[in-house]
Amino acid sequence: MEKTATNAISLDEAIRFIWREAELLDTQDYAQWLDLWTPEGLYIIPIDRDGDARIDQLNVAYDDAEMRAARTKRLKSGFSMSSAPSARTVRLVSRFVEEAGDDGSLTVRAAQQVVEYKFNRTRLLGADVTYRLVRDGDRLRLDHKEIRLLNSDDSLWGIGYLL
Amino acid sequence: MNDQQAEAIDFGELVQSDRVHTSLYRDPAIFDEEMERIFKNTWVWVGHTSEIPIKNSFVKSWVGDKPVIVTRDKEMKVHVLLNRCRHRAASICEQKSGKTSVFVCPYHGWSYALDGKLRAVPHSKVYGEDFDKEEFPLISLRTEIYNGMIFATFRDDIEPLDDFLGPAKKWIDLFMKQGAGYPVKVLGEHQFTFDGNWKIQLENTTDAYHFPIVHKTFLDSLDSETTNIFDVLGQGGWLEDLGNGHSVMVMIPDLVDLDENLDAPIPERFEALAQELREEGHDEDKVRRMVRAVGGGGFNLNLFPNVACSMAFFRVLRPVKVDQTEIRHIAIGMDGGPDAANRVRLRLHEHFQGPMGFGSPDDAEGWERVQRGSAAGDDLWILVNRGEQPLEGHAAGEHVTDVSAETGMRAAYDMWKKVMTA
Repeated sequence: MEKTATNAISLDEAIRFIWREAELLDTQDYAQWLDLWTPEGLYIIPIDRDGDARIDQLNVAYDDAEMRAARTKRLKSGFSMSSAPSARTVRLVSRFVEEAGDDGSLTVRAAQQVVEYKFNRTRLLGADVTYRLVRDGDRLRLDHKEIRLLNSDDSLWGIGYLL
Repeated sequence: MNDQQAEAIDFGELVQSDRVHTSLYRDPAIFDEEMERIFKNTWVWVGHTSEIPIKNSFVKSWVGDKPVIVTRDKEMKVHVLLNRCRHRAASICEQKSGKTSVFVCPYHGWSYALDGKLRAVPHSKVYGEDFDKEEFPLISLRTEIYNGMIFATFRDDIEPLDDFLGPAKKWIDLFMKQGAGYPVKVLGEHQFTFDGNWKIQLENTTDAYHFPIVHKTFLDSLDSETTNIFDVLGQGGWLEDLGNGHSVMVMIPDLVDLDENLDAPIPERFEALAQELREEGHDEDKVRRMVRAVGGGGFNLNLFPNVACSMAFFRVLRPVKVDQTEIRHIAIGMDGGPDAANRVRLRLHEHFQGPMGFGSPDDAEGWERVQRGSAAGDDLWILVNRGEQPLEGHAAGEHVTDVSAETGMRAAYDMWKKVMTA
């Protein structure tokens, strides 16, 4: 029983982790960002906001560890016209709600607003985000992140950074 | 634009055999005329039959800048209807796709069947006894289908779709072989807009020249065997003008006919899929057929003015404004085929296509750079003179040009000129 209490993740701890992740993405410190993940973790940006069988649907992104590594390598390569330079971003994550937790994991829902700027143009992307965090020794890891954009099933634009 | 302004533009002068004028990207008056002279005068792709699989199903689409609804009525007949109530012009459908037996205008409640017929008008007595519902159906466009691809036109007197497509039909048939024995089915779509003229996208689908430059980071993300497959300029491919503005660009000759070479070794990246399909009980012949088809065909078929069968997906453009275009990348798979194979198709599509793919954002950035750059020098020309000479002794025939030639663009602009000066 003591072990359960020790491994539980508080909302406060989760929020600090999520804010740190947000800063890593805005500063494009992708090496540190990759290190936040569990090896089995999935980073998903669906098109269908209501579905749950993501593997059998077309998504904007459906990344396992290999695809995350390939994606961040591409974004930082200097050879991708859309990300060299990429838009600058500032994001806010808030409206945190605990969804489900057990010994060593916690799922949190949140709201995210990303403002991007590039070449005289400023644009806004709103999203509902779900995070599943797991305890790994003395740190937390990101095991699942799903970003449901408000306009995911409408026209977007070339996005040269991570949400 | 009024007729006087339109007459002041000499469209024939703006397209030469080896160049087109910058104003084709920038002049709003030309754009307005294109919507009339091109998109209301030719066959325009509106959807795939799998998007309306059952009776009373519908999907929204566009013919140029005109919103339409593609429907399948209770007799399974396909219609393309203007999305506009005959009463006071309100749009009658704002749902992307779905199933219904009736469209009810939200403004005054006029209701229409899926064949467009006006069914009921609330409080119709006030119109008087001579009001005849048969006079006010939704406007229905002439609609024809080739191998699952639905096209519509405002014109009742132009050639049948079969004649318009001509030699392109053979390539559509080859493209559909990626169903690997199953019907081809739409699995989903990516949509994005870019701030640039629609013809920049029309050109791009027939532009192999940019591929190794713009898509270097996509190529870098592949294993070495697959990188070689995507060496699109180095495999003896070709470009062919198919008439009526259509063209085909063959980048991977080995993948033109997906029913051939089934004995070839299975690529390493699809070995896991092949094994999964074998374990599901599919015989070796079928496994090889599905695996060979799973990455799509080796060519882009560009159909004037708005759709391409692009290797493994449909690429559809919609002109929004002179300097804004919406793109749809429609993923396709095997209707009733194994989930494992369709999942691979979905993941491959996500890898390159869409707003965060490893390819599309760089394409979109390139197209926006064309629009931005074209602001510098309204009196200058866009060059489309690459690879004018046919290849000598090429197996595909006497008239084909290098895979990186701008032959497909010249074909499209020839058609543009023909239609705009008709």
